[in-house]
This record gives sequence, structure tokens and C-alpha cells, in this order.
Amino acid sequence: METFLGLYNYWVVIFLMMTGFYTVISRGNLVKKVVGLNIFQVSVFLLYISMGKVEGGTAPILVDGQNVAYSNPLPSVLILTAIVVGVATTGMALALIVRIQEEYGSIEEDEILKMEQSDA
Amino acid sequence: MSAHLPALQIALPLMAAPFCLLLRKRQLVLGFGILVCWLSFAVSVGLVRQTLEVGEIVYSLGGWDAPWGIEYRIDLLNASMLALVSLIAAIVLTYAPASLAREIPESKQYLFVPAYLLSMTGLMGIAITGDLFNVFVFLEVSSLSSYALISLGRDRRALTATLQYLVLGTIGATFILISIGLLYMMTGTLNMADMATRIGAMESMRTVHAAFAFFCVGVGLKVALFPLHVWLPNAYTYAPSVVTAFLAATSTKVSVYVLLRFVFSVYGYEFAFSSMPLDTMLLALSLLGIFVASAVAIFQRNIKRMLAYSSVAQVGYMVLGISFASVSGLTGAIVHIFNHALMKGGLFLAMGCIVLRIGSARIDDMAGLGKRMPLTMFAWVLGGLSLIGVPLTVGFVSKWYLIEAALEKDLWWVAGLALLSSLLAVLYVWRVVEVAYFREAPAGAQREEAPLSMLIPTWLLIGASVLFGIRTEWTAGIAQKAAALLLGVGP
Repeated sequence: METFLGLYNYWVVIFLMMTGFYTVISRGNLVKKVVGLNIFQVSVFLLYISMGKVEGGTAPILVDGQNVAYSNPLPSVLILTAIVVGVATTGMALALIVRIQEEYGSIEEDEILKMEQSDA
Repeated sequence: MSAHLPALQIALPLMAAPFCLLLRKRQLVLGFGILVCWLSFAVSVGLVRQTLEVGEIVYSLGGWDAPWGIEYRIDLLNASMLALVSLIAAIVLTYAPASLAREIPESKQYLFVPAYLLSMTGLMGIAITGDLFNVFVFLEVSSLSSYALISLGRDRRALTATLQYLVLGTIGATFILISIGLLYMMTGTLNMADMATRIGAMESMRTVHAAFAFFCVGVGLKVALFPLHVWLPNAYTYAPSVVTAFLAATSTKVSVYVLLRFVFSVYGYEFAFSSMPLDTMLLALSLLGIFVASAVAIFQRNIKRMLAYSSVAQVGYMVLGISFASVSGLTGAIVHIFNHALMKGGLFLAMGCIVLRIGSARIDDMAGLGKRMPLTMFAWVLGGLSLIGVPLTVGFVSKWYLIEAALEKDLWWVAGLALLSSLLAVLYVWRVVEVAYFREAPAGAQREEAPLSMLIPTWLLIGASVLFGIRTEWTAGIAQKAAALLLGVGP
């Protein structure tokens, strides 16, 4: 039980990850798919940030004559980069969805699939 | 100057990309892009020569040393990957202007070049870096720009194909990110060489196993390893011809390189093949992929789609080589990376010439094309023979090493299946040859060869695929040395 509660940050991560992944797979609406993709990515951000946290740790600033416990800043920095990548991916996906709406007049996957079959 | 070649390799196309937006004029931008690509190729040739002289080049970016800073680590394997990517990029972009004029609206043509240069930067960055997180960043740089490139296709299905690729590609990249996170958690480092020394002590831990599995599935998506290939056929079919040629020749190949680097240089093959059943998995999936994808290719009516399925099958051969984990198996895999890039690049460029003239990639529209475009069709046939693996083409060299590797391990049935699968390639190549050479052209069709600016690059790649099929010691020699390096046995 203790390990279960002690590792609660990982349970949060896994819950979010599966929620996002399931949304990507099960939803037919393209915007909802992108939202699911976002949740999926954010769960990994949380995985990184929570692994660098030291309990009671502060920002890594040295104060004269004191031993300061600080959290590992590197995972947070890595995730800053990953957030930028995530924003770019989302922007790209939404731009594509706008173009799809213009061309097909729909953003529902099954309707688009029907139109594509009549295209071919 | 020569000490800073590794940084120049990445910085040059990366800085050139936004500069294109300032130039704006179509002609200027294309000329500038072509110049940058050939310069990058010159830089990578310099790097190959350096690695042949000194072995491994280690370059600390910004003067920050290895475990803290990002490090570029170049040995013979990635130096030749860099040369391959920049050479293909340069040849394809030289070919591009005439083809783009037909396939992309004029207002968007100057936007094509920056995306192309960024995609090339990303692919070269993946190959050059010695830092795992950097691999992820460059992977996303190349992926995001290739989404933009694919969506430029004229057909509206290009848009849905791109979105499908984007969703699957992001899932793959996120899997890789999870894996890197887990590894960082265990080893406290992101540097591949540093990680390799620390990982040995924790090989039995479940987190390390999970990281390995996540990485292999994530890269499997990018490699388009069967059954994770679903994004590939649509993306290749509806993208502009130039984009298809570039991506088909480089993007999956670089992903295979990442798999090689991760399995052999970070984890070491004892772990991957003894404590994890990677060899059985890869063997089964690659054989399935080769047969299913080749069989599906036979029934395609669109030739770009047929070649796309054939790419999935050919990736299967590379992965098959990896699954043997022996010097000859890896030699086969690495040499096939190069050979397939040459022949598939050449084939897609020939397709671009055909699309330029007849405006379609459907097999039924190709009747009599052997007479109408003799030079283009002859290039296509040579490329097709190479796909089959006929002697005196590069395809034969790859198959030779793969079959030798299978026989070394007493896997007679695998060698037999690899030979049998060539027959499937005969079938799909023959369908095109039959229509193009033995069916009458529609009335009124004239002889109209593609312009020289497109024919010469096509023949450069196809010619290389014949040349390296005859002079096997050049490519196969480098591949053999690189395979020995990966396995850690003396060259």
C-alpha cells in the first residue's frame, strides 16, 4: 500500500497517458484526437518534472555558507523544449484540420473516409 | 575550420532555412537552396575523410564537455549517413524546380525550400548527435517539416494523409521521449557514450527494460516497420513527387540508423539479444513485413503507392539484417540502407518525370510509355531490377550479405524466404514493364522526354545504383567496417 501511495505521481502520469491515448484512438472528431494527443504528451511532461523533484528542495541557487537542498533543474529544462515541440505539433495539426474542413467540409473521420472512397 | 566541420554541418542548413524567407523570389530561393545542399554535401565528404583518417571525431558544442554539454560524436557509420542524406537532398533539390512548377502553386514554391532544408537539418542532426535528448529534438524538427512538405500535395487526400502521419509520428516520438526519461531516471545522464558505461550495472532492472521496449516501438513507428507502417503508403502517394523521393530515400533510413545506434551503442547487443528477445521479434516482423507488403504492392493501381508498399518491404530487409546481430547481417543492413536510398530515390525521381509529362501515376495511364519516354522508363526499369536484386545492381549486393548472414546462423528457411520474396518483387516490377513496353500508346501520344534538369539527377541516382552494384568494395567495404565498429569487434 505504501509503495502504491508513495508513487502516486506515476499513477497520475499513467492515468493521463492512457486517457490521452484512448482519446486519440477512439474519437472520430479530428479536433478531439488532437486534444487527446496533447493529454498524452502532457503526461510525459509530468513524468519528467516529477522525477527531478526533491522533497523540500528549492531552486538551484547557492546561498553563502548554507547547504541548500535543490531539485534537479535539468528535467524541467528538457521539458521546456518538449513543450515548444508540443505547441508546434498542435499548431501544425490544427492548421491541417482547418485545411481539411475547407476541402472536405467536415472534420469527422468517418465522413471524410466516405468521401475519399468516392474520390478513388 | 576543419575542426568545426561537425557544427557547420548542422548550422549551415539550419541558418539557411529562415534566410530563404527573406529572399522570397522563387528563382533566388531555389538557387540558394541548391547551393546550400551541395555545400552541406561537401562538408559531409570532409567529415567522412576525417573519420577515415582519425577514427572517431568528438565535438563538444559551445566548448561544454561531454556529460554536461551536448556532444557530436561521429564515426564511420554516421559520417556516411550524413553524406548519404546530404547527397540525396542535393540531387533531389537540383531536380526539383521543373517538377515543383507543375505540382505546387507558384505562391507556395518559395516556402517549400525552407521546410525542405529544415527537414534535411533534422535528419542530419539525428545522425550526428551523441546526446539522446538531442535525438528527440532533431527527430521532431525533421518530422514537423516533413508534415508541412507532405501536405503540399495537390490532391486533398494529402491533407488527411499528413494528419494521420502527424498523429502516429507524434505518438512514436512521445514513446521515445518516455524511454529517454526512464533512462535518465536510472542513469542520470543523456550522453549516449556515458550511458553505455553506466547501463551495464542495471541491466536486470525493470525500468531499463521498459525504456528499451518504449524506444523500440517508438522508432519502429518512424522506421515504418510492419505492422507500424500504416502512415507510410498514403503519405508517399499524395505528397509532391520531389518530397516523396527525398523522404523515401532518407527519412526511414535515418530511423533505422537510430535503431542501430540505440541497440548496439547504448545497450550493447548482449542485452538486446540475450535478455530481451529482440532478434526473434525483429526476425518475425521483418519477414511478415516483406511478404505482406510485397503482396499488397502487386495489387496497387497507383505506382507511387506500389513503390511505397515496396519501401515497407525493403525496410523489412534492413531490419532482417539487424536481427541476425552478426557482422555480415549488419553489413547487409547498412549496405541496404545506402542501396535502397539510391534505387528508391531514383525510382521516385523517374516517377516525378512521368507525372510531369502524363499528369498521373496510375498504371493504366502508362501504356506505351517505353516509346514515349524511353530514357525515363529505362531508368525506371534499372531501378526495378535493383529492387528485385538482379546481379550487377546494388540490390543483389544487399541480398548477398543477408543470405550469407542467414546461412551463417543455419537459418536455411530464412535464406529461402528472402529469395522467394524477390519473386514477389519481380511480379510488381513486371506489371509496370508490361504496360509501358508492350501496350500500345493511346492515339495521338507523342514522344516527349522529361527535361534534362530532371533526367540528369534521375540518372545520377540510377547510375550510382548500377555502379555500386559492380564496384561493391566501396559501399560494402564501408558498411563492413561500420558493422564491425557497432559490434565492437576489430575492423
